[in-house]
Amino acid sequence: MNFGFTEEQELLRSEARKLLDADAPMDAVRKHVELPEGFSRELWKKISELGWPGLIVPEACGGAGLGFVDLTVLLEETGRSLFPSPLLSTSLAASVILDLAAEDQARRFVEGLADGSRIGTVALLEANDHLAPSGVALRARPAGGDGQGYVLEGEKRFVPDADAADLFVVAARKGETEDDVGFFVVDRGAPGLTTANLPCMDTTKRQGTLRLEGVRVGEGALLESQGAHAFERVLLRGAALATAEMLGAADGALALTVRYAKERIQFGQPIGKFQGVKHPLAEHHVAIESGKSLLYYAAWALDESPEEAPRAVSMAKAYVTDALSRLGLDVVGLHGGIGYTMEYDAQLYLKRSKWAKPFFGDADFHYDRIAKLGGR
Amino acid sequence: MDFRLTPEEEAFRAEVRAFLDANLPAGPDWNRKVREKRWVGFSWPKEVGGGGGTIMQQVILKEEMAKRKAPPLGMCFMGLAWVGPSIIAYGTDEQKRRFIPDILDSKYQWCTGYSEPGAGSDLASLQCRAVRDGDHYVVNGQKIWTSIAMWSKWMILLVRTDPNAAVKHDGITCLLVEMSTPGITVRPIQNMSGGTMFAEVFFDDVRVPVENRLGAEGEGWKVTITALANERSGIAEVEGLKRTLEGVKELARRCVRNGRPALDDAGVRRRIARAETRIEAMRLNGMRFLTKQLKGEPLGSETSINKLHRAELEIELGEIALDLEGSAGPLAAGSSAAPDAGKWQRFALNWPEVVIGGGTPNVQKNIIAERILGLPHD
Repeated sequence: MNFGFTEEQELLRSEARKLLDADAPMDAVRKHVELPEGFSRELWKKISELGWPGLIVPEACGGAGLGFVDLTVLLEETGRSLFPSPLLSTSLAASVILDLAAEDQARRFVEGLADGSRIGTVALLEANDHLAPSGVALRARPAGGDGQGYVLEGEKRFVPDADAADLFVVAARKGETEDDVGFFVVDRGAPGLTTANLPCMDTTKRQGTLRLEGVRVGEGALLESQGAHAFERVLLRGAALATAEMLGAADGALALTVRYAKERIQFGQPIGKFQGVKHPLAEHHVAIESGKSLLYYAAWALDESPEEAPRAVSMAKAYVTDALSRLGLDVVGLHGGIGYTMEYDAQLYLKRSKWAKPFFGDADFHYDRIAKLGGR
Repeated sequence: MDFRLTPEEEAFRAEVRAFLDANLPAGPDWNRKVREKRWVGFSWPKEVGGGGGTIMQQVILKEEMAKRKAPPLGMCFMGLAWVGPSIIAYGTDEQKRRFIPDILDSKYQWCTGYSEPGAGSDLASLQCRAVRDGDHYVVNGQKIWTSIAMWSKWMILLVRTDPNAAVKHDGITCLLVEMSTPGITVRPIQNMSGGTMFAEVFFDDVRVPVENRLGAEGEGWKVTITALANERSGIAEVEGLKRTLEGVKELARRCVRNGRPALDDAGVRRRIARAETRIEAMRLNGMRFLTKQLKGEPLGSETSINKLHRAELEIELGEIALDLEGSAGPLAAGSSAAPDAGKWQRFALNWPEVVIGGGTPNVQKNIIAERILGLPHD
């Protein structure tokens, strides 16, 4: 029995931390989000050379061949730094393709993602904001006529890193029955494909719309696994990776607030001495540690025990969503006036908590799933 | 990460399961049989008559017992939980010989004289006084919230021997006191659910032989707090909470709210799912703590995390149950219209036993804030 990290995983964490501390301290993060793409291409190149985007891609496809537990470690660290980059989107796209593609299908898509030469993302939601197969309205029609393949028509919304992505995994409706959806891999260069940025409250995260107007894709663009089952697997991966970044951000937010509570003097003593301040901080610590336990188990389940993953991932995302939402408010509130300023970093964590809440299902969405999985 | 057990651990689990298959429901010889298996005092060294179980074996045994709702392993509850471990760690050979076999055989009960009217969360400020008089201590003062004092033969007692100690913790000494000693008066206290499990205990010139002092004079605080070095992941408590949750779910299946099955109500479903998630978080926290212990690192303040979860869950599960019962919720436990013969009414009034007993939630939050987050002491 060992519910802990390996030495390699601890090393991955400390190396990631070193790099992010050196290259992406908060003042650098604030500069990167002002760049046209919202992140530093230079740093993307650097982390690509270290193999971060391909962490979970098998070695045969140019990746590091590691698992979700390892990726969790990495994303906790990027989350802690509020590091702006398409790492989560690209890792998720690669993971989804590897999971849903036929054996000989994945390689040509994921090689470019693994080495960071291409940025990937997953497009699930539409204007109806319905996170379920029945919410997918974007149509995929057989091309007919002279060629094989499909024509895609419709609009996706809330697509992470839409403007930066070179490759999109797009959920599309193939037939009339509720679950008749498939996942298509579409290149940025496909005629009829356009994206537009949707500015976020959290400037360290980019998202946008993806419009597909008569976009033709080949037969091989449709990933082999389809339907509600495939949708579920995409959802689990997205929710797990999001939770990892959320917990890292939560750690960062709590550390910032604890530091302030030790330094800020009011009524002749550090405010951290008052139980009105120290008790909420203790509660946040409890929530973060408990969220980590839920997440690490969920990541392990995705790697080793897939039948446990639906419940484990939903528990992690639901619990951490609640936890980070409360913490986001407190990190600003406990700082008082300074927390309300644009200049101070507290607001960045509050905005990250807002970004994270609905991302791959809010707390109610996941608690409803847990209730259903519990036979209710 | 690896959640598999070793073949030896699997074999032990199979042994426990086979025993439970053969011996549940428990008969009158349950206590003798578990004693023969050396599962009473399972974490204690074999030299003193314990089972010498590894930490992992302790977890497996507790988990399997809890899953099957088996009776306790030994009936000398406080003797097994902390009096015995304290005696093993700090007792003289004579004290070990005299007390440990009786605890293992559940010959009589022990009670715990720690809290006082003026010393609850701030236990170290206790005032019950002991003055040395030749080869005796003479004890005067009062203890309170002393569980099962009226049925106990012995008490582990904390007294103040040095009122002038610079650090209040250093003036405390631990004594083992026979409850039949002249000068001891026990007055039971009724709790809000109507039960009488605890009592006030008064000491009036009670003479305790010096040979019954546990540890050195002034060492009482250390004797008390270092007693719990065995398995502390809280996994057995999690199994208990899971059983309570199953009961709540089962209740929710039968209850009707606003003319519809309670389980069709999204609020009810989410509330139960939240509790279920929190119990799972406790279980997994426990496994992380256990991993730390298995690596030989002692557990510290992090166990307060699960104590807080448990406290809030004990309260919340009772609240959910009474809310599900609607207007029948506030009925008295004995009322004819109380569902399940008043089971949830009793449950919803008994949480302080768990929530207050081992340190209140506010005390746990102070521990986390000060010892883990490094915030200033208040």
